[in-house]
Amino acid sequence: MQTVKMVVTGPFNSGKTEFIRSVSEIDVVSTERSISSEAERVKETTTVAMDFGRITVDDELVLYLFGTPGQKRFDFMWEILSEGMLGFIVMVDSNRPETFREARGILQTFRAYAPTPYVVAANKQDMEDAWEVEDLRIALKLDSKIKMLPCIATKKDSVKSVLLELLYSILEEMGEVN
Amino acid sequence: MALKGNLRDFSVVQLFNLVNLAGKTGTLTLEGPNVAAWVSFRDGKLIHAQLGNEDGTLLGVLTKAGKVRPEQSKLIKGHASDKSDKELGLLLINAGYLTQQDILASIQHYVLDVVYRLFAWVDGFFRFDNDVLPPDDHITVRLDLENVIIEGSRRIEQIQSLEDEIPNLDLALNFVERPGANIRDVHLNTQEWKVVSYINPKNSIRQIAKTNKMNETEIRTIVYGLLEAGLVEIVRAEGAPMPAQAEQFEKVNKVERESLVNRLIDRIRSM
Ligand SMILES: Nc1nc2c(ncn2[C@@H]2O[C@H](COP(=O)(O)OP(=O)(O)O)[C@@H](O)[C@H]2O)c(=O)[nH]1
Ligand SMILES: [Mg+2]
Repeated sequence: MQTVKMVVTGPFNSGKTEFIRSVSEIDVVSTERSISSEAERVKETTTVAMDFGRITVDDELVLYLFGTPGQKRFDFMWEILSEGMLGFIVMVDSNRPETFREARGILQTFRAYAPTPYVVAANKQDMEDAWEVEDLRIALKLDSKIKMLPCIATKKDSVKSVLLELLYSILEEMGEVN
Repeated sequence: MALKGNLRDFSVVQLFNLVNLAGKTGTLTLEGPNVAAWVSFRDGKLIHAQLGNEDGTLLGVLTKAGKVRPEQSKLIKGHASDKSDKELGLLLINAGYLTQQDILASIQHYVLDVVYRLFAWVDGFFRFDNDVLPPDDHITVRLDLENVIIEGSRRIEQIQSLEDEIPNLDLALNFVERPGANIRDVHLNTQEWKVVSYINPKNSIRQIAKTNKMNETEIRTIVYGLLEAGLVEIVRAEGAPMPAQAEQFEKVNKVERESLVNRLIDRIRSM
């Protein structure tokens, strides 16, 4: 049995839990985890709230979805989650400019250090005050190579298409490597 | 779909950057604590600005610029009160009183003066209305936003949340490849040139600061202006170590990974 992971990150209230809930075959488990970082040398511990969902692919393959708030430093997360990690989804609430600064910070880190492909989900596009995807792309200073996808986390089809776009990006990147 | 929020979260500089990069046409409304302002753009260029009920009519602008004396202004008002700005402009030009150049320069100066004052606003509601423009009989200008943004960000005494905007000084900078984004067309001061001359994915922002003997706030302020003017972007410094785990992925067999990803795709499509 092989397991692979995807991580859904982003500011508080951006829709991470909802996103995972829409496609998980189990009830989303929300946990608090203590994570200590070896890379930090100094023993440092941080508590991270995590959601946890599952999609069984076949007898031999399971996909786990982790939801975790964006951190200024992703070392912690990477260390425990990166084994078997396929990619990231960065969720942004398209309605709340007060969270864009934090989202930009997360994306700036990703732009520089993300070890795997990622896409950005412009969530809550069903709401009246939602910023348009192309405006958000500029507001978040997103690299033109990174996909910015409209998303409604409460709709399964929308979540599916975000996951698929991430998987297509992963395939593309594999093609480029060789 | 909306484009609105509070300036605390998305600054005037950032709004101008958005209008510039998206090439927007329309009017930005800003509501400060006591007064509102309207700034209009066409295809991402600044064309008009109005602050509260300040006299932004052609006559008001020319009087303020000293091109028309107050008593002349009164006279003109009496005789030509029914004339639109464009008609009045033509009248003044035809009478040999002012040149078209005088008029445009005065309006340009006025628009920039208003806009630079707006850059100091740190709080207040904003909204952008697509395709709303000043009436046709207004005289508008057409100014590139890169210079306005650079100059505007210089004038901000203290940029809000500067550290959050540029959290990591170990990253590097690179020039943006975009039509219209030519650093040579921008009026940079000496300090900015010093930074620009070291921009290269090999140099971290921290190294550039050190070389130029700038402190963290100084370097961040300059980088912020360049970023918001859409001239540079932040990239990973070449040679900087990748997170340890990153290398691990490369080791997994490629064919195996491809088949795995394809199985995931099939599964999610069928959900
Ligand atoms: N209208 C709408 N509401 C959403 C959407 N996604 C999430 N929400 C709601 O936004 C709130 C925060 O979502 P949640 O998943 O808890 O955010 P988290 O903090 O990132 O895990 C909840 O009330 C969700 O039901 C969406 O696409 N549209
Ligand atoms: Mg949650």
